[in-house]
Amino acid sequence: MRVQARFFAAYRELTGASHTEVDLPEGATVADLIDALRARGPSFAALPPKPAVAVNLEYAPTDAGLRDGDEVAFIPPVAGG
Amino acid sequence: MPYAEITSEPLEPAGLRARVGSREDGAVLLFLGTVRNHADGRSVSGMQYEGYEEMALEVLRRIAEEASERFSTPNLAVAHRLGALEIGEVSVVVAVSSPHRAEAYGASRYVMEEIKRRLPVWKKEFYVEGAPRWVRGTVPPADGSPAPDSGAGDP
Repeated sequence: MRVQARFFAAYRELTGASHTEVDLPEGATVADLIDALRARGPSFAALPPKPAVAVNLEYAPTDAGLRDGDEVAFIPPVAGG
Repeated sequence: MPYAEITSEPLEPAGLRARVGSREDGAVLLFLGTVRNHADGRSVSGMQYEGYEEMALEVLRRIAEEASERFSTPNLAVAHRLGALEIGEVSVVVAVSSPHRAEAYGASRYVMEEIKRRLPVWKKEFYVEGAPRWVRGTVPPADGSPAPDSGAGDP
């Protein structure tokens, strides 16, 4: 399956990417996606090991399962207001 | 039905205020968040707001609905600005009305506390001297749920 990863604010600057596609085996979780990204090289390895994420616009824990076509956003600590 | 908006256009507090109020309501409360010229002893020259827009609108709608239910204040409107803001510009507006003031204060406070806990928005602070920096934020809850004590108690 293929998922779309998105990066915002400090995470976008760390990775140098606003989005990227990642191929994962069936049954993969958010944690598997994080591992796959962090293995890509030093800029992605700069992501924290357990960042907050949202799957399809909803906050999700790192053990959440993923499906083909999911959008997974990496959410730095928020600072609205 | 509460109103929520994420926009890159300058906010119009009077427009939000006009969305609330009724003949049954004896209190109208308007809160503005503005960009201040200092942080941690440093002189700030401006602020760049970034958001995960599609999700931020969903989360802001949910926060507004929760506040309306918790404080029985259906007349509630909230708007959050994105983009480059100068000192003194309005970054967030909360307008709410209620029969008595306690509910309006509670709902307005709830909306602001939850925005700071879980709205996917970030801000980069620009200083008079030195490199800009992302403002240290709050790790949002993994289940996206409201804080049990958010809003400083019931009205």
